[in-house]
Amino acid sequence: MKITEEMVDYIALLSRLKPDAEEKVQMTAELEKIVSYMDVLNILDTDGVEPLSHVFPIRNVMRSDEVSSSFPREELLKNAPSRDDEAFLAPKAVEG
Amino acid sequence: MTWETVIGLETHVELATKTKIFCSCTTEFGGAPNTHCCPVCTGMPGTLPVLNEKVLEFAVKAGIALNGEITRHCKFDRKNYFYPDLPKAYQVSQLYLPIVRNGKVPIRTESGTEKVIRIHELHMEEDAGKLVHDPWLDQTKCDYNRCGVPLIEIVTEPDFRTSKEVIAYLEKLKSTLQYLGVSDCKMQEGSLRCDVNLSVRPAGSTQLGTRTEMKNLSSFKAIARAIAYESRRQIELIEEGKKVLQETRRWDENKDATFAMRSKEDAQDYRYFPEPDIPPLVISAEYLDDVRRRQPEMAEEKMVRYQQEYDLPVYDAQMLTEQKALADFFESCVTLGAEAKQSANWIMGQVLGQLSAKAMEAKNMKLTPSTLVTLISMVKEGRLNRNTAVKVFEDVFDTDEDVEEYVKVHGLAQINDPTALAAAVEKVFAANSQSVTDYRSGKEKAYGFLVGQVMREMKGRADPQAVNEAVRDKLSG
Amino acid sequence: MMELYRMTALELGTVLRKGELSPADALAAARERIAACQKNNNAFITVLDPSPTSLGAGPLAGVPMALKDNICTKGVKTSCASKILGDFAPPYDATVAERLVAAGAVCLGKLNMDEFAMGSTSETSFYGPTRNPWALDRVPGGSSGGAAAAVAAGEVWYAIGSDTGGSIRQPAAYCGVTGMKPTYGTVSRYGLIAYASSLDQMGPIARSAADCAAVLDIIQGMDPRDGTSLEGSYGGFLSSLTGDVRGLKIGIPADCFGDGLDSEVRRAVLAVAEVLKSRGAAVEEFSLPIMEYVVPTYYIIASAEASSNLSRFDGVKYGWRAEGYKDLADLYARTRTEGFGAEVKRRIMLGTFVLSAGYYDAYYKKALQVKAVIKKAYDEAFQKYDMLLAPVSPTTAPKLGESLSDPLKMYLSDIYTVPLNLAGLPGISVPCGFDSKGLPIGAQLIGPALGDGVILNAAHAFQFETDFHRQIPETKGGVSA
Repeated sequence: MKITEEMVDYIALLSRLKPDAEEKVQMTAELEKIVSYMDVLNILDTDGVEPLSHVFPIRNVMRSDEVSSSFPREELLKNAPSRDDEAFLAPKAVEG
Repeated sequence: MTWETVIGLETHVELATKTKIFCSCTTEFGGAPNTHCCPVCTGMPGTLPVLNEKVLEFAVKAGIALNGEITRHCKFDRKNYFYPDLPKAYQVSQLYLPIVRNGKVPIRTESGTEKVIRIHELHMEEDAGKLVHDPWLDQTKCDYNRCGVPLIEIVTEPDFRTSKEVIAYLEKLKSTLQYLGVSDCKMQEGSLRCDVNLSVRPAGSTQLGTRTEMKNLSSFKAIARAIAYESRRQIELIEEGKKVLQETRRWDENKDATFAMRSKEDAQDYRYFPEPDIPPLVISAEYLDDVRRRQPEMAEEKMVRYQQEYDLPVYDAQMLTEQKALADFFESCVTLGAEAKQSANWIMGQVLGQLSAKAMEAKNMKLTPSTLVTLISMVKEGRLNRNTAVKVFEDVFDTDEDVEEYVKVHGLAQINDPTALAAAVEKVFAANSQSVTDYRSGKEKAYGFLVGQVMREMKGRADPQAVNEAVRDKLSG
Repeated sequence: MMELYRMTALELGTVLRKGELSPADALAAARERIAACQKNNNAFITVLDPSPTSLGAGPLAGVPMALKDNICTKGVKTSCASKILGDFAPPYDATVAERLVAAGAVCLGKLNMDEFAMGSTSETSFYGPTRNPWALDRVPGGSSGGAAAAVAAGEVWYAIGSDTGGSIRQPAAYCGVTGMKPTYGTVSRYGLIAYASSLDQMGPIARSAADCAAVLDIIQGMDPRDGTSLEGSYGGFLSSLTGDVRGLKIGIPADCFGDGLDSEVRRAVLAVAEVLKSRGAAVEEFSLPIMEYVVPTYYIIASAEASSNLSRFDGVKYGWRAEGYKDLADLYARTRTEGFGAEVKRRIMLGTFVLSAGYYDAYYKKALQVKAVIKKAYDEAFQKYDMLLAPVSPTTAPKLGESLSDPLKMYLSDIYTVPLNLAGLPGISVPCGFDSKGLPIGAQLIGPALGDGVILNAAHAFQFETDFHRQIPETKGGVSA
């Protein structure tokens, strides 16, 4: 599998990462090496094999619809890098 | 050239559970920012989701009512994107195995015929938080109270051709979900939200045009206007030889127009994959049977029953069952002893009249069935004449006051004293001898005038039947 | 009495229960040892100063321990050894932490690790590498390197690590201690900062298998806060350790002893079979023809989940935020680019790639299919055998700085540990010898799903016959107190 710098740009954008030019060259080479190695899986014929996302057959784990008290707001906000008395603060994100 | 508009809907409905989809925080609307939150719904590291069983039950109930196929082996998936209203940076949703597929919703079109809207799928997911821009701080405040409130998203096929069809479907959907008790469907509180996918094509064409998706539609009226605007815009573009761009557009209520939303920095590549933290759901036949058995009586079934059990005309049965709250109100009146047709008349006339005058929904009205039933029985027992009763009804509609007390305090009770009536007739005949003469010379209209005068003399509180009879007797006497 | 740090956790627990020592004495001994070793091995990110609690019931009450720094502790910095978490102090305890406290555990601190548990050397920590107590120029393994090093050096009597692809077993092997990854779903993941949710599992690192059994008796169990936790009867591992392996059928997958395995490691691991045979077990070689697929399958699945799990670290809700950003997008990109280390970014990129439009089927879905094939191979093996024996790692501990330059080579060294995470199976790493450089070698005993007791008992039997697990690094020129 060939990995191009355009692909790395796209993946970096999706990942919200911004590698500099040098890192990008390195990442492209590394990813290509790793991804090419992963192509070994294509040797194995998996036609008709059901993808296994959950390893054990646990099913229907649910809780009842009963309210418990919420957390003290201060406890939730105290680790925020930017906040006011009641909310987390972020740079402008609202449209319109 | 004539153009055809093709519309599909994606409707998000907040479920009326007590707690959030993956934690035990309340779903109550309002509340100071970030006070209905915990480490799970604010996406703190290390926390894990556990599904609320009511969410599954409500989704299955909705699926059954929308005539869909329930996916017997279903899973949650993660939809990944960065935005501050989504604290985990992924929304737990369903892509690969949604809980419901292939539903059908019959609607009545403008021409009165039935049309079936196909439901592509219905899936469960979590709501995002609310972002409010603070102009003083020039910062966006993130409030996660709505984060994790359970939603179902109902996606139709592109089966609509007019905004009237869209509204008819939404009315039907809303009524159905309210009947089921799975959502209160309040558009103003955002518990029912609708995105409209719209494209146009030459009439007769079978190929779909390029569609746009419209957001920020906060009322049925806005939906209808946005559809009109957007199809006109697309047709004009094509007629000018330009292309419609596939994009998301925002409806601006004030400008009465749609605007392209700032294109997201990246392509919409959500990288869905099976949510590893939530084991799959296997819906057993027993579970389905149990939900089916507990499904409430829906509008269509009630309509049939009202016609059979209460002998109501189709029209009445339909009017009464359109809103569940109205049907409940009607049934309570009957249970409390009022006659069915009488109740139906009052509800369709006075109750709906007041609701529409006040732009209210039946489920928000304060008036209780027992008040109306008292009013009906007072009329029936001759203690209140009907016209006065209508006035009393209007007066107590917002307050649900005790009508017996109200009638007493305001001195509105019907006067059934024959001596008083006879005296009034005497007085009116004496004062209006010309009318009496007119009537006797064949002018029928004079009769009505005399009745009116007697009623007026009685301050409107006489039994109209008795007044009629007294005037007729006097004229023929 | 022997020096306290030479004791196993259970031995210390016994001394405490008998009243020969007070919990305060045990704490003081741990503090003294940490003070002596930390500057050499950097096993801790945060050292705590708990006050001695009154001695509760249970075999480990009052015994000092520590937690890997990806396990949430209320009000105590939990960093995942990453810059991006800053001084994050969770407002809640992990279920495991709660259970341990309830059993009288005394937590001495938070242990160093590879950043976000991604690595096999504990060198990728923002807080500097941990060093192997047996040879300070060597890595302790990873990602629970701090946990293995702290136990090996006698700073705490047991530690809780996490294992997504070998992160408990491999450092245990490199540091000459016993470490166990239990069956997936038997230890609640609530409060474990996720790397790859479908593979992560916490477990004990201690001197002996019996210590591990005692810890598992405390931390295993159904947790309503973790939807993937398994129902079942828990507890009682310690009391059922008999050391009796008569009739136990042990399978040796020949595919795990081929090229690439160091000959000294091979010899030491195979010797474990001989010891167990001498106690009545039956040993047989068999073929497990999936080994060439396990590493790519693991890295696709783990990276994909990691790319999603680590998206929440964006500088808005908690942790570190970059400076000098222009707008929201820039805040995200700067915080994440500057806040994550190279290996974490590599896996985020890889995970994003395998999930992205156009590649999902070829990589992610394919990996889930191969995972099914791998699980089936193990299911079949366990129809014939009660337990499997394999190496933990192809070599003993490498020198610092040797591994990071070639990521793929480093990934390949996880070959013997990752399949258990893919199949959800329990595995225990037991010290089984030393190579010619004096470095510890570990052997891996692998059980069927929920066969945790089987491998604990076999490990106990082995440790009954051998004393590799009682060796202390100072005897070999490592950390000295």
